[in-house]
Amino acid sequence: MDVAEESALVLRARNGDFDAFDRLVRGCERRAWAVAWRLLGEKEEVENVVQISFLKAMEALETFRGDSRFCTWVGQIVTRTGLDALRSRKRKEGLSLDELSSESEDDPIARPELLVDWSEDPSRSIERHELQAILDGAIATLPDTLRATFVLRDVDGRSTEETARELGITAGNVKVRLLRARLRLREELTRAFGGEAMAHVHGIPAGLGGLAAASEGLR
Amino acid sequence: MKDCEELLSGISDYIDGTASKELCAELQHHMEGCENCRVVVDTIQKTVHLYKGDQEVDLPEGFQARLHGTLREAWAHRHGKAV
Repeated sequence: MDVAEESALVLRARNGDFDAFDRLVRGCERRAWAVAWRLLGEKEEVENVVQISFLKAMEALETFRGDSRFCTWVGQIVTRTGLDALRSRKRKEGLSLDELSSESEDDPIARPELLVDWSEDPSRSIERHELQAILDGAIATLPDTLRATFVLRDVDGRSTEETARELGITAGNVKVRLLRARLRLREELTRAFGGEAMAHVHGIPAGLGGLAAASEGLR
Repeated sequence: MKDCEELLSGISDYIDGTASKELCAELQHHMEGCENCRVVVDTIQKTVHLYKGDQEVDLPEGFQARLHGTLREAWAHRHGKAV
């Protein structure tokens, strides 16, 4: 859908045309689901978040100025609604999304351990369903705080500054959390995609042995 | 010259294309002689790429019907007429 077509649909929707709004939603619903799914990973909750987000978009349609694409605007509503759901989940656990629950910001960043390249491009060599399951499994291992940062930056494509604003943390903390998240996911995915080389991993090569100590300087 | 440890903190900026020219040059030069760091950078890039390109997920059965049904109902309620 090009910008002109989208603008025409927004105008029609504002004038009360449901079918126009419905078409706009269809253009964004997969992305909305993907972002909420990566953030929350629980189908019922994700469906709820996506539904609430589009209802909010419906309510706020008059305020959509067209400065960005409709899907980008909806994406912001989805991440905010998703983060609210995540915060509410954390509150029930007596934790806060703005703090690291299982590790401190001051902890050294875990050094890369599995230093083997991936044998093939997984998006070509593995069935889509299987790949999805591996990506789901890997991201589920991240603590919520790291996952939220990774999803905003790398799944939804937000800037460091935007992510910092949404999460209520500093840009510096976003960078540290993003690096932690990327390294942990890399480690998880290397287990799956390292191929035959993984069978030969017996220990940790010495070359990166001092990475943990160096990472203390990252704050 | 910086070693593996010192370069770790710059990996994200390098991958995002926000690292300074000096850091880029330093990392690239370092990776020419350090297979471990090359692998780490390469597999982080692949990791990010896989999740970025992950927008075409399968939606659960019935999800679209439920979503559009709810929106249609809310729209009708809001505009005071069935759509």
